[in-house]
Amino acid sequence: MTGRGTPDRRERVSSAVVAAAFGVSALGAAGFAAVYATGGQTQLEGLTLAVAFAGIAVGLSVWARRLLPTGGYVEEHEPFDSPPADLRLAAEALTGPESPVRRRGLLAMLGLALGALAGAALFPLRSLLPFDRQRPARALRTTPWAAGVRLVRADGTPVRPADVPDGTVLTVFPQGHRSRGDVPAFAVRLDPARFTAPPPGGTVAGVVVYSLLCTHAGCPVALYLQGTARVLCPCHQSTFDLLAGARPVAGPAARPLPGLPITVDVEGYLVATGDFTAPPGAGFWSLR
Amino acid sequence: MITRWLSGRLARSLDDRLRVAPVLRRALAKVFPDHWSFMFGEIALYSFVVLVLTGVFLTLFFEPSTADTVYSGAYAPLDGSRTSAAYASTVRLSFDVRAGLLMRQTHHWSALLFVGAIVLHLLRVFFTGAYRRPREINWLIGVTMLALALFNGFTGYSIPDDLLSGTGLRILYSVTQSIPLVGEWLVFLAAGGEFPTAELVPRMFVSHVLLVPAVLAALIAAHLGILLRQKHSQFPGPGRTENNVVGSRFWPSYTVRTLALFAWVLAVAFALGGLAQINPVWIYGPFDPAQAISPAQPDWYVAWGDGALRLFPAVEFRVFGRLVPSPFLPGVVFGGLTFAGLYLWPFLERRRRRRRDRLAHQLLDPPRAHPARIGFGVGVLALFAVLLAAAADDILARILRLPVLHVLSILRVLALALPVSAGVVAYLVARALRAGGGRGIGELTRSDVRSAMRFGSRAGGVSTGVGDPSPVATAEPAAGSHDAARIELWRDPDGLWRWRYRDAVVVLAASQAYRSRPEAERAAATAYGDLPAREVAPSGGRTGEPAAMRERAGRIAGRAGGYLALAAVALWRGRRARRRPPP
Ligand code: HEM
Ligand code: FES
Repeated sequence: MTGRGTPDRRERVSSAVVAAAFGVSALGAAGFAAVYATGGQTQLEGLTLAVAFAGIAVGLSVWARRLLPTGGYVEEHEPFDSPPADLRLAAEALTGPESPVRRRGLLAMLGLALGALAGAALFPLRSLLPFDRQRPARALRTTPWAAGVRLVRADGTPVRPADVPDGTVLTVFPQGHRSRGDVPAFAVRLDPARFTAPPPGGTVAGVVVYSLLCTHAGCPVALYLQGTARVLCPCHQSTFDLLAGARPVAGPAARPLPGLPITVDVEGYLVATGDFTAPPGAGFWSLR
Repeated sequence: MITRWLSGRLARSLDDRLRVAPVLRRALAKVFPDHWSFMFGEIALYSFVVLVLTGVFLTLFFEPSTADTVYSGAYAPLDGSRTSAAYASTVRLSFDVRAGLLMRQTHHWSALLFVGAIVLHLLRVFFTGAYRRPREINWLIGVTMLALALFNGFTGYSIPDDLLSGTGLRILYSVTQSIPLVGEWLVFLAAGGEFPTAELVPRMFVSHVLLVPAVLAALIAAHLGILLRQKHSQFPGPGRTENNVVGSRFWPSYTVRTLALFAWVLAVAFALGGLAQINPVWIYGPFDPAQAISPAQPDWYVAWGDGALRLFPAVEFRVFGRLVPSPFLPGVVFGGLTFAGLYLWPFLERRRRRRRDRLAHQLLDPPRAHPARIGFGVGVLALFAVLLAAAADDILARILRLPVLHVLSILRVLALALPVSAGVVAYLVARALRAGGGRGIGELTRSDVRSAMRFGSRAGGVSTGVGDPSPVATAEPAAGSHDAARIELWRDPDGLWRWRYRDAVVVLAASQAYRSRPEAERAAATAYGDLPAREVAPSGGRTGEPAAMRERAGRIAGRAGGYLALAAVALWRGRRARRRPPP
C-alpha cells in the first residue's frame, strides 16, 4: 500500500483495511458466542476471542499508523524545584500561628498514644499462630512415630519384613497418620554386608527405614537408584547413600536422612521403637 | 450528527458541574515520546487488567479449601476420587465449567506476560538511566510491584493444591523456615502450623485475590500519577532538551495506538489461553506430602530462585550451636540481596559519581553512554540466565544425555565465569561504541575495540566509565545544530496563539494553543531557553493533522458502526420473520 498511488488513494485503501479489520473482529465475537452456545470447545473459544481482539488491534494499529500523525509535537517540561516564594508560602501555611505542629507537648503525647495503638494492633497477629498446638520448634522436632506404632502402606495395611520388595523402596506411614506432612518414610531391603556405616535406625532382616523427606527443603526423595543403593531427590538432586547411613553425597542437602528405629511386633509386623533419629525434612534454627 | 449533538450535551452538562474543560484540554494535548521501548510498561498494565478480568471469573467457581471432597464430573480419570475441594474445583473449572479452561489458561498465561513485561520494562528503565532524579520514587514503586507480582504469581500457582505446586510450596516453606531466629515462627505465623496445614490455601487465596491485587492497583495508580506529574523522559534527539517532551499527543494518535496495544495483549492472552496448554493440574494429581513429581520446574519468574537452590553447594553452619540450614544462603540471602540491590541501585550509582549527581534528568542515556552500568547489568542478566538454566538441569541432562551431576558442575562453572565475561564484553563494546559515536554493533572495527581496551587514554571515551556525561548524553544539542534553530509564533484566525520549533532537521508544533502571546512565549522559552523567537504568518505549518485525514478517520468509525448496526437489524428481522407463523 505504501509508495504507490496518491495520498488520497492510500488513505482510501487504509480506511478500507481498518473497516475490514473491525468487521473481522465482529465476526470473531459472533463466532465466540456461537462456539459457547453450542457447547463450548476451549481451542475454538480461544481462537475466536483472539480473532475478535486481533481485529480491533489491527484496525486501531492501521488507523494510528496510516490515518493519524506520529510525533511532531513538543510540550514544555518545567523544572521541578518550586520558586522560593512558593516554598515559603507553603511552609507558612503549614506552620502558621494556629498550626498544630507548634504544640510540641501535645504532639508528643499523641505520638505516644498512636505508638501504643500500633503496638497493640500487633497482638491480634498472634491469632494466626495455632493457639492450641505446640510451639514451632517442638512441633517441627517431633512426629507421631513412637514406640509400638505400626508401619503401614498408603492403603493402611501393615507391613512384614518379607513384604519389603527387592530392588525398590516401599513408602510407609505411621498407622493412623497417613496425611501428615512430617511422617512419610520408606523401607528398603539392603545387603548388610555392603554397609559402610551402620543404619541409624537399625535393620530387621536386612530392612532399613528412613524418613522420605529430603533434609534440604523437604521434598520426598522418591527416586531409588538400586545399583548404588542411593536415593535421589527430584527437587534439587540431593543424593543420599543408603549404605553409609543415608549420608548426603551430592546436591545441596547437608544432613543425612533421619532413620526410623524398627523392630517386629508379636504378629510379625514392622513397628517403630521410637521417633526418627533426627527431625525429618528441612532444617531450622532450633534443630540441634 | 445525533451522536455529536448528544456528546456535546453530555460534555456541557459535565462541565457545568465539574469544570472539566481546562483539565481535559491539557490532558488531551499531553505529549508521549514515540519509542518502542516505552511499550513494556503499558503491556504490564494491560496484562494486569486481563488478570483481574479472568481472575474474577475464576473466583466465582474456585473453592479455597482443603476439605475432603469427591470430584464427580466430566474428567473420567478422576471421577469419583477423593481430593481437596480446591483441587476438585480446579478440575471442575477445567472440564465442567463452560469456557472455564479458557479463562484458567488465559489467567495463567497473562500472569507470565505480566511478569515478563514488568522485567523488560525494568530493564529499559535500568539501561537508559530513567531511574535517576527525579524518578527514584517510581523506581522504588516499580521494584515493589515486581516483588508483589512474583508473590501473587506464586500464591495463584499454589492454591489449586496440586502435586506440582504443593512441592513448590513446601520448598518455599522450608526456605522461609531456614531464617535464623525467626524462621520457625514466621512459617507458623503464615501457615498456622507445620506444613501442610488446612489454613494455607484459604490464606493464600485471600492474599491472591484481595490483598495483593488491591495493593498492586493502588501502586499502579501512584506509579501513573507520578508519571503524569513528572512527564515522560525521552531519548536525546533533534529539538529535544532537558526542558521539553517531544512525541505524539495523547489525543488522538497516542490513544488509538495504546488501545491497539491493549487489544493486542488481549488477543495474545486469549490465543495462548485457548491454544497452548498450561498447568494441566489434572495430570499432576492432587497434593500428597509423600509423593514427588519429576522433572519438576516452577514458572519462569520464580525459577531463578529454584536454580540458585540447585546450584549452591551444601553449606550449613551453626551459630551459637543453632543451625543455619542450607537453603538460607541461596534462598533467603541471595533473594534478599537481589531485591536490596534493585531498591538501592539509583542511590548507589549516584554516590559512585565523582561529583555527586544531584541534577534532574529528563533526557535518557543511550545505553552505551555508561559502559560500567551496561557491564554490570549484562553481568547480572547472565547470572540469572544461568540460574534459569539450572532450574531445568534435570531436563538439560536428559537432552544432553549427561549425568545430572555433570550438568550441575558445568552450570556452577558457568555461574561464576559467564557473568564476569559477559559483563566485561558488554563494557568494552559500550566503550567502543561510545568512542565511535552513533554507529551500531555490526559496524565496530577491531581498532575500535582495541582502543576501547586502552585504559587511561581518552580513546575509549572517559576512563572510569560510571557517571561521566558522554557527548551523546549531554543535555543541549551541540552548538552547531542551533544555527538554524528558531521558534516561530503566530496568531490563528480564532485568536489563539501557537508556536513551533524549527531547525534544519525537524519541525515540532507546540502541543497546545495559548490565549495570549506572552503565554505562548513563556512556554517556548521554558522548552528551549532563549532561542530566537519570531512571529510568522499563520499560514502553513502543522497545527495538527490534515483536516481531510481527520474527517476520514471519523467516517471509518461511523461506517463500521453502521454496517454492524445494519447486520444486527437484518439478523433480528430475519429471526422475527422466522418466528412469525406463515400466513
Ligand atoms: C496480580 C496479578 C495476578 C497474578 C500474577 C496471578 C497469577 C495466577 C496464577 C499463576 C494462577 C494459577 C492458575 C492455574 O491454575 O494455572 C492463578 C490462579 C487463580 N487466580 Fe490469579 N493472578 C493475579 C491476579 C488475580 C486476581 C485479581 C484474581 C481475582 C480477583 C485472581 C484469581 C485467581 C483464582 C481464583 C485462581 C485459582 C483458580 C485456578 O487455578 O483455576 N487472580 N493466578
Ligand atoms: S528438597 Fe531435596 S534437594 Fe532440595
